[in-house]
Amino acid sequence: MSGGLGGPRPAGQGAVGPRATGPAAPVGPADPAGPARPARGWRVPVPPAVLRGVIVLGFAAALAFPFLWMGITSFKQTTDLYNTKNNPFLFNLPPTLEHLKLLFNETLFLRWLLNTAFAGTVVVTITLLLGLPAAYALARLTGRWGERLGIGIFLTYLIPPTLLFIPMSRVVALLGLQDSLWSIILVYPTFTLPFSIWLLMAFFKSVPRELEDAAMVDGLTRFQAFLQLVIPISLSGILTVVIFSFTLVTQEFVYALTFISSAAHQTVSVGVPIYLVRGDVYYWGSLMAACLIASLPVAVLYNLFLDRFIAGFTVGAVK
Amino acid sequence: MAVRHGDRWLGAAMFTPALLYIAGLVGVPLILAFLYSVGDVTVGSVGYHFVGLANFRSVLQNPAFRGALLHSFIFTVSAQLIVIVGANVLAVALRNPFRGRGLVRFLCLLPWVAPISLGAIGWKWILDSIYSVVNWGLVRLHLVKPFDTPMWLGEPTLAMISVILVHAWRMLPFSTVILLAGLTAIPRDIPEAAAVDGASFWRTHFEITLPMMKPVIAVALLFGIIFTFTDMTVVYILTRGGPYDTTHVLPSYAFFAGILGGSLAEGAAVSVFLVPILVLVAWAMLRVAHRTEVV
Amino acid sequence: MAIVETRDLTKVFKQGQLGAVNDVNLLTREGEFMVFLGPSGSGKTTLLRMIAGLEEPTRGDVLIGGRVVTRLPPRERRIAMVFQSYALYPHLSVYKNIVFPLRAQKVPKEERRPKVEWAAGLLGIGDLLDRKPRELSGGERQRVALARAIVREPSVFLLDEPLSNLDAKLRASARDELTQFHKRIGTTTIYVTHDQVEAMAMGDRIVVLDKGLVRQVGSPREVYDDPADTFVATFLGSPPMNLVDHGEVLAGFRPEHLLPAALATGPSVAITARVTNVEYLGNERVLYAQIQGGRFDGQRLIGRLPSVYHVEIADGEVVPLAIPERHLRFFGKDDGRRVEPRSLAWQ
Repeated sequence: MSGGLGGPRPAGQGAVGPRATGPAAPVGPADPAGPARPARGWRVPVPPAVLRGVIVLGFAAALAFPFLWMGITSFKQTTDLYNTKNNPFLFNLPPTLEHLKLLFNETLFLRWLLNTAFAGTVVVTITLLLGLPAAYALARLTGRWGERLGIGIFLTYLIPPTLLFIPMSRVVALLGLQDSLWSIILVYPTFTLPFSIWLLMAFFKSVPRELEDAAMVDGLTRFQAFLQLVIPISLSGILTVVIFSFTLVTQEFVYALTFISSAAHQTVSVGVPIYLVRGDVYYWGSLMAACLIASLPVAVLYNLFLDRFIAGFTVGAVK
Repeated sequence: MAVRHGDRWLGAAMFTPALLYIAGLVGVPLILAFLYSVGDVTVGSVGYHFVGLANFRSVLQNPAFRGALLHSFIFTVSAQLIVIVGANVLAVALRNPFRGRGLVRFLCLLPWVAPISLGAIGWKWILDSIYSVVNWGLVRLHLVKPFDTPMWLGEPTLAMISVILVHAWRMLPFSTVILLAGLTAIPRDIPEAAAVDGASFWRTHFEITLPMMKPVIAVALLFGIIFTFTDMTVVYILTRGGPYDTTHVLPSYAFFAGILGGSLAEGAAVSVFLVPILVLVAWAMLRVAHRTEVV
Repeated sequence: MAIVETRDLTKVFKQGQLGAVNDVNLLTREGEFMVFLGPSGSGKTTLLRMIAGLEEPTRGDVLIGGRVVTRLPPRERRIAMVFQSYALYPHLSVYKNIVFPLRAQKVPKEERRPKVEWAAGLLGIGDLLDRKPRELSGGERQRVALARAIVREPSVFLLDEPLSNLDAKLRASARDELTQFHKRIGTTTIYVTHDQVEAMAMGDRIVVLDKGLVRQVGSPREVYDDPADTFVATFLGSPPMNLVDHGEVLAGFRPEHLLPAALATGPSVAITARVTNVEYLGNERVLYAQIQGGRFDGQRLIGRLPSVYHVEIADGEVVPLAIPERHLRFFGKDDGRRVEPRSLAWQ
């Protein structure tokens, strides 16, 4: 094989000759950011791990601090809580369960939790009943107008409750649903549906068409293939949609505030900040406990399903 | 993949219930919103009279409304600026796996996952005029005098800053997640090629990574704008629009005028001002979506 | 132009397991076109990436031009690399792609355009400078990647399977272009591939790797005619070398050396076999046969016969075959390494 412009080739084959090739090689210039860098990822331009650690801890602290504070507040005795001379981070008096007891025994908190759970369950059910077929239709059965409808559905998600809540309150009143959980049960699917259909479309599209084709060759109708094949396969995606829809329900504030006027019928999202007060004075201890109790379980579930959610919507984006 | 004729009907049948539901419960109120804004409807009224642009005129003359309009823009733009920069930094920091990343992600997600109202009331306690832990910290650090602590929610400028910060706090995790997805979509080869080509971290980030993430950043930004611009919860809970209407935004003002004040027409007129922004954002999103397909 | 050297280079990803790269000692020659050849998982890419500075070695050193670069980031090694996917910056024009390394290394502004035009001219893409990568064909993208690599006049070129993304038809001409390019530029080049045809065609020397270990380093002729072990012997050459279990040793011979007895010259081993299949491939015939009788009854063999030899061979026929003894290679049975030739009984 003819060589390039290289120098004369030493005779003989094989890998290394004696190690003494050339003078004792000087070590290259020291790495500018200092020698003590962990191996992972420093070859490609990446900020040093220390900087990353600082950033990450800083953000995590700033973002999660309010919840830590909720936790501390929930267990501090009232006299400790309202003593401005004390270090608020320390339990200067022993921690107490009095706020929790008050919350569960003397407020409507439990009722609100139940209301929210009930509303959430019914709303998610409606969403699945209407959304699963719709998403499948958009993913499989429609041509160009299906694409357009899909985009249209997505755009309705962008229509905010704060635009619709005023006329909606009239509609609710006309239907006689004011001050009832059923008002929000009726209205919430207006945002859980677009969101869920969009996400379910992505999940359904990732199911290979051949599976349904094979089932139909074997004698199933398309609808049966949908029920017996596509839905079971997409179960984890459907579960993700359930979790996220439920999250949307628990977070909603405007409609619940507008349609429901009595405390007993409220959801957690409105009840806690509005009704845990006597006159002008908030029950901060119980309030913070309520916030934490209402937020954490949802957060855990959300976190568990987030990766699946991302996988779902990035799949949808790669058409 | 041919769509069989029978499938067309099945598709329509499967799709129609959802379509009717959404069209009915979104479309009808949407139309009503416009009708109310040009009518004379109140909570107690029965009939309807067309009044043309009278509602809009009276609303525009109200300084509180003009303030709310201005605040909506200020809060949204400021919060989004903070969010986009912060989310970029956090996304880069979270990109590569490290021990404890799962826990960190959980902590960082909390503001977005928790119901907005609960996060907001948490902040109300943190920024309380007497018992604010933030103020305690500032006094301890000798940054403010003990009897001159900032009234975070009671003083107009500070109240605005508080609202902006709470919005940014809530949106940061959401944008971070979206940016992270965009970041991990960049093939590993590209930053490596830049490394071999001799680019420093900053050059790679600003000249290669960020431009490649433009569509994703646009999506995060557009969603963020919508969620901040149309939100009334943070303002309602933190300040109720005060002090002296200095933190009202369009949605909260609409709520006060329409529901608490009883004038549905006025409330509707105010919320109609949301529409131009929504249309703009929707158009921008469609353009971004269209462009990313052509890569 | 520089010599690349690795000393005991090792990369272990999981503690306690065999490394992706184990104790590799290599020394290139100046201006050489060296090929790292091996199947997937052989460590050839990891080895290349350690030389580039994209992976940190667990143990060992990398030297470029006599300088120890093991702890240096890629940009301080004066290397250029072409990735399998080319890694062109999709949002930048071809011109901006090529000028990027010059900007990154703060080359004075006046020098940039002339260098880009020189590199583009060298690769014949001068008229593509305003296009974006997505508007280019695979072959054009490869040339842009090469231009971007050459514009810095690096001392070493590293290429990671750059032809594998091209159509089969394009590959042969792209191969030739690369070879011509190397002849013109003369920079020391390390080329990674799993395709032994590419390796044989392009390499001055081939480093055959398997499971992170170097099996042999040699010129194409050396690795083909004098394989160091059974892995090299069977990896190079298609169809692979026939290996017959001869008791203490494995006897090997290449399909093209299994000839009809009448055509064998010199002292040869005679074998009677029944032809089970003949594939006519136009320029040659591939014979599948089974040894008939004797110690190795039933052993399957493959032979290659150029079509210029008009010997009649039919399916199912029992034919006398022969292997010239000078083409026999012997390997130890336990480790597969090459051993001294010996006389063996074949019947």
